Amino acid sequence: MKYLDEFSDPDLARRLVEEIRATVTRPWAMMEVCGGQTHSIIRHGIDQLLPDEIEMIHGPGCPVCVTPLEIIDKAMEIASRPDVTFCSFGDMLRVPGSDKDLFRIKSAGGDVRVVYSPLDALKLARENPDRQVVFFGIGFETTAPPNAMTVYQAQKLGIDNFSLLVSHVRVPPAIEAIMQSPTCRVQGFLAAGHVCSVMGTEEYPALAEAFKVPIVVTGFEPLDILEGIRLTVHQLEKGEHRVENAYQRAVPAEGNPAAKAMLADVFEVTDRSWRGIGMIPQSGWRLSERYREYDAEHRFDVADITTQESTVCRSGEVLQGLIKPHDCSAFGTLCTPRNPLGATMVSSEGACAAYYLYRRLDAPAKREVSSVG
Amino acid sequence: MPLRDSPTVVMGHGGGGQMSAELVEHIFVPAFANTVLSGLADSAVVSLGGAKLAFSTDSFVVRPLFFPGGSIGDLAVNGTVNDLAMSGAQAAYLSCGFILEEGTELQVVGEIAQRLGRAAKRAGVSVLTGDTKVVDAGHGDGVFVNTAGIGLIPDGIDIRPQRAQPGDVVIVSGAIAVHGIAIMSVREGLEFGIEIQSDCAPLNGLVQTMLAVAPDVHVLRDPTRGGLATSLNEIAQASGVGIELTERLLPVPEAVANGCSVLGLDPLYVANEGKLVAIVAPSDADATLAAMRTHPYGAEAVAIGTCVEAHAGMVVTRTGLGGTRVVDTPIGEQLPRIC
Repeated sequence: MKYLDEFSDPDLARRLVEEIRATVTRPWAMMEVCGGQTHSIIRHGIDQLLPDEIEMIHGPGCPVCVTPLEIIDKAMEIASRPDVTFCSFGDMLRVPGSDKDLFRIKSAGGDVRVVYSPLDALKLARENPDRQVVFFGIGFETTAPPNAMTVYQAQKLGIDNFSLLVSHVRVPPAIEAIMQSPTCRVQGFLAAGHVCSVMGTEEYPALAEAFKVPIVVTGFEPLDILEGIRLTVHQLEKGEHRVENAYQRAVPAEGNPAAKAMLADVFEVTDRSWRGIGMIPQSGWRLSERYREYDAEHRFDVADITTQESTVCRSGEVLQGLIKPHDCSAFGTLCTPRNPLGATMVSSEGACAAYYLYRRLDAPAKREVSSVG
Repeated sequence: MPLRDSPTVVMGHGGGGQMSAELVEHIFVPAFANTVLSGLADSAVVSLGGAKLAFSTDSFVVRPLFFPGGSIGDLAVNGTVNDLAMSGAQAAYLSCGFILEEGTELQVVGEIAQRLGRAAKRAGVSVLTGDTKVVDAGHGDGVFVNTAGIGLIPDGIDIRPQRAQPGDVVIVSGAIAVHGIAIMSVREGLEFGIEIQSDCAPLNGLVQTMLAVAPDVHVLRDPTRGGLATSLNEIAQASGVGIELTERLLPVPEAVANGCSVLGLDPLYVANEGKLVAIVAPSDADATLAAMRTHPYGAEAVAIGTCVEAHAGMVVTRTGLGGTRVVDTPIGEQLPRIC
């Protein structure tokens, strides 16, 4: 943390860009999987520095964006109950459900709290035994272990007024789904470094081999991203498709065994629906049988939720890398961060929000988008 | 802009961003209708008996009541003193209203009053009148404070957001985002390597130092809620200029940058309590900067950008790597991200 500036050194960045330029001989399309990477690319203007031959496609790795509307509506249903204290990370509060968001629930008297750790929610449960405390457990392999740990702790400490509203998702099945799509244009992946810091890299060689794509584990600072792009381009130009780790300071090949053990104990793999994309087999987690009593969906019986998605919003295609935000007719007109039609516009890590916030002055995307099915 | 988001008040209406502006523009300005208010400056500028006065009020609802580098009492004085200073006025007199929640310890109220008194003395203002109300337990948050103040604007001083012109230099008086991160570090129990002290301070002395060498300062603003980005957007929109920043010139202390990084916040949007942003003619820039650096609250003053004709009403920054991006007004409050 003390060395943030080192990872945005403009001279080193220039050298990496020059090497990328010297290596590229033809167009390549690569996907950064994580919304944090997208945000960094757009915020620092990395896309403006790259040669025209390289197209960055924004991936589905924004946890806020892919959380299904149904779960968000369930969250609001639960948060509205008078005996519930509903805890969430900040950026979920503004995500629109079918007709409102968690801020509206709070202003109407719901006890909705922003917390910085699920353990804060558990602490609230201990301190308020007469209330039901629910934590909104969304996100990828990064946020799942601490949430699993919290449920483990709750059971160990006998805290029975705590529960988790679970919508955790897994990256590898999403990569598989993207590559299997007949309209897929992705030729290489920048894998999300923080996900790999938990899970390691062992899930990726099979994907790289099956789909003949290079996968480079990449961090989030500007130089991390440029180095990831450089390594991916090298592989693409040589016709290789290996897994490489460009984020070794944070990612050991085996990941974090303690976190993985916690995940394996508390969660089990399940099919999950991704907002804008749909059902992806084996792409999520739910609480395992031993911890099922901590599942907020069971505790509060919120099965009968009907949802209403926008018919105009094309965020699903943005999440799959099929179109750029500019290509959606609603972008910047009907759909803005102020009046978002889809989660990609409301989440701070969403691709549409990044383009709207940082790239409004630019002309629409240079490249025509076409499918290659 | 219509009031779109909610039929009820939400936290974003107090965040200092677009939602706050809408609340003021659509509910308060039409209800109170007058030309002074519709200027929407930090303080109202009025003539009274031949004198040009600045008049301002502010309410303080901070948690915790005491934090590294200050307290709600310090904020209550400095906030109003600074609002007056941003029109070039030397603050003279303050009023002070306390709203106390039943059950609050009197020792806490006494400590806040002491600190408020000391802050007033340091800023060179007198608290001449006040009011106290008590609300039922559970209907307040311990202590709320409101202050109002008046001050005299010297002849020849005309400082307002509409005066920014293409070519003007944008100066900030020192490190940004310090107060917001200091508050978050104690409120949420987060630590960022070293203790971060709020920059809470009265800026009237600094403004007088600046005006002594450059009386034609075009715009002053203290970027509190909503941070530097919001203040610069307000100036760009009021004056119709574009503003271009250079990101690498923004003064962000390492511990603050780390805190922002951990929480997923952009320091441009984080609150300050002892900083000002000045827009001055290019011919005045060097002298203004030199004068500011002689003052303890402006020792780290730095030019961070310029006003331009392009992209009128918008703020754009050149990134550290050489790209550009828009710096928008936030909608409500900045929200820490999930990961």
